[in-house]
Amino acid sequence: MSRAGRQVPEEMLTLDGVSKVYRVGTFGGKSLVAVNDVSFDVGDSEVVSLIGESGSGKTTIGKMILHLTSISSGAIRFNGVDVSRLNGRARKEYYRHVQGVFQDPFSSYNPIFKADRIFRTIREEFFPKTDSHEWNEKIDSSMRAVGLNPDEVLNKFPHQLSGGQLQRFLIARALLLDVQFLVADEIISMLDASTRVGVLNLLAELKSRGLSILFITHDLSLGYYISQKSVILYRGCVVEMGPTEQVYHHPLHPYTKMLMACVPRLGMKWECGEIEVTNPKVKQPDLPSGCAYYDRCPVAGNKRDCSTSPSLVEVELGHFVACWRQTKQES
Amino acid sequence: MSLQVKDLTVYYQTLRGEVHALESTTFGIADGEIMGLAGESGCGKTTLGQSLIFLNSPMKLIKGRVTLDNKELPIGDMERMNNFRFKKVSIIPQYAMNAMNPTRKIGKMVADLLKSRNVDFKSLLPELKRRLDLVKLSYDVLNMYPIELSGGMKQRMVMVLSTMLNPSLLIADEITSALDVSSQKAVSEMLVQFRDRGYCKSVIVITHDISVLYQIADTILIMYAGQLAEKAPTDVIVHSSQHPYTKMLISTLPEVGVRYVEKQLAGIPGGPPLLLKPPVGCRFRERCPLAFEKCLEKPPFVETEKDHFVACWKAGA
Repeated sequence: MSRAGRQVPEEMLTLDGVSKVYRVGTFGGKSLVAVNDVSFDVGDSEVVSLIGESGSGKTTIGKMILHLTSISSGAIRFNGVDVSRLNGRARKEYYRHVQGVFQDPFSSYNPIFKADRIFRTIREEFFPKTDSHEWNEKIDSSMRAVGLNPDEVLNKFPHQLSGGQLQRFLIARALLLDVQFLVADEIISMLDASTRVGVLNLLAELKSRGLSILFITHDLSLGYYISQKSVILYRGCVVEMGPTEQVYHHPLHPYTKMLMACVPRLGMKWECGEIEVTNPKVKQPDLPSGCAYYDRCPVAGNKRDCSTSPSLVEVELGHFVACWRQTKQES
Repeated sequence: MSLQVKDLTVYYQTLRGEVHALESTTFGIADGEIMGLAGESGCGKTTLGQSLIFLNSPMKLIKGRVTLDNKELPIGDMERMNNFRFKKVSIIPQYAMNAMNPTRKIGKMVADLLKSRNVDFKSLLPELKRRLDLVKLSYDVLNMYPIELSGGMKQRMVMVLSTMLNPSLLIADEITSALDVSSQKAVSEMLVQFRDRGYCKSVIVITHDISVLYQIADTILIMYAGQLAEKAPTDVIVHSSQHPYTKMLISTLPEVGVRYVEKQLAGIPGGPPLLLKPPVGCRFRERCPLAFEKCLEKPPFVETEKDHFVACWKAGA
């Protein structure tokens, strides 16, 4: 995209114009653009939160990074190497460094086996030569790293453990590998208030030890708490991204502004006003033309500007926004 | 007082024994009050909501009385409750997204539902349209199937449906949890409007999200492991709560403005007790930093200040 020409040091993970198009309709005759030309990068030991409402494509991006879905166009580079079309052994090597943890801890396990079976599969696949003593020590240290007491939680079935414990288990599993990048897809959305902070703090601690995390969430306050950089998605397009503080305190895109105004906060009541509801009347067009937010945007003009899709423009250092209004004001 | 719950105790019958899901709860809700009901999962908030309208097996009513508008609510009697359901007590269930019959057009389903209560659909149609206007749905939805609506639209439709007969008590179970922040705000504000316009007299909003309750609720009731912990006006709960669990719960909430690098939040160590054989005395004892010998005895749920009820030996002392 626009930053292609600029000399930037190679980041740990770079998404370059990544798109995902699904075939929908009776005979796959229609296409649905789930992710539209998304570019951002995640640096070493950095937490980037990917924020968007349901259907905005945030999980699809996570899945593409993890190779669970194919990429329609664009490239994903990991430490400078294009990993978007890896196969066979190379892909398995990739999984040594990149792992994911997902939303529902209970469905991540097979309920008829003990929870620590997930460690055994890792050993069989990735460390067949490690002897069992060494392996047990490895499990022990990674369990302690995620704040679990191995004596309490090993040899139990998933239903005997709490949601927070199961999520920590999955993180411990990722740590057994030489993991450098973790895709955390809504990992605390299903946890209770009292346990969720624990898992959140764990992520922050792992980050300080050098792990990079893509933190996918719809909860803005969680994103603010943990991340250095925020990427706001709307219908598969990045509408705004930048350092978390700037995005939250000086949102520039009308969509981000609306989101920030809707976050329920303690100690601050919502501003009373006309209840705004938007029913998605305009269906997503087959081919992306025009600003994705056009039909909901309060400041969209009828000018031809908003009918072509705006590209990301850097308005402050590191703070990008995709809105014609914004670029107009700045120029 | 619109709703009075006295000493309500509900257990779940399981093969391994009784699960003490709701233990002698006593509270009241005033006319026009929106009461938020919050707590961790498994604390009995949904059980409380369910038992007020549809107390089916394996739920078992052990004791307790419920009165609504000075009339006793026969919650233990499935048959007699039928006269109250939908007319006097109504619920927006947790799975509201899937609550509508997928094979029937919404309008037809509403007509069926009203017919089952001997209410004429035709005479209510103008009112229905007025309410659809209020929740910003077009009349076309009546000719649509549920699958054609988005999650937020379905939620609003079910809201209109549940309050069609102006119930005295509306139970809203996790109605905003599955929605995006923007529809979350809209749905919550509509709920307040429904109350203001008298579509429902009192509302119990069940949620685990206290920051949403802060926006819409008049009072908040906090539950822990099947027992009531604290009930007070919203501002009191958020700013000057007395129960240690409430205090810790509020302090664990991440919000915009709090960052890990600046202020590290602490969770509540430990987990809630199993309710199959619950510990005697205060059930928060194990995790409570203030616990002392007296906590082996169950603290009563008493009014320490006006409208402020707390179940803790240390409260108010």
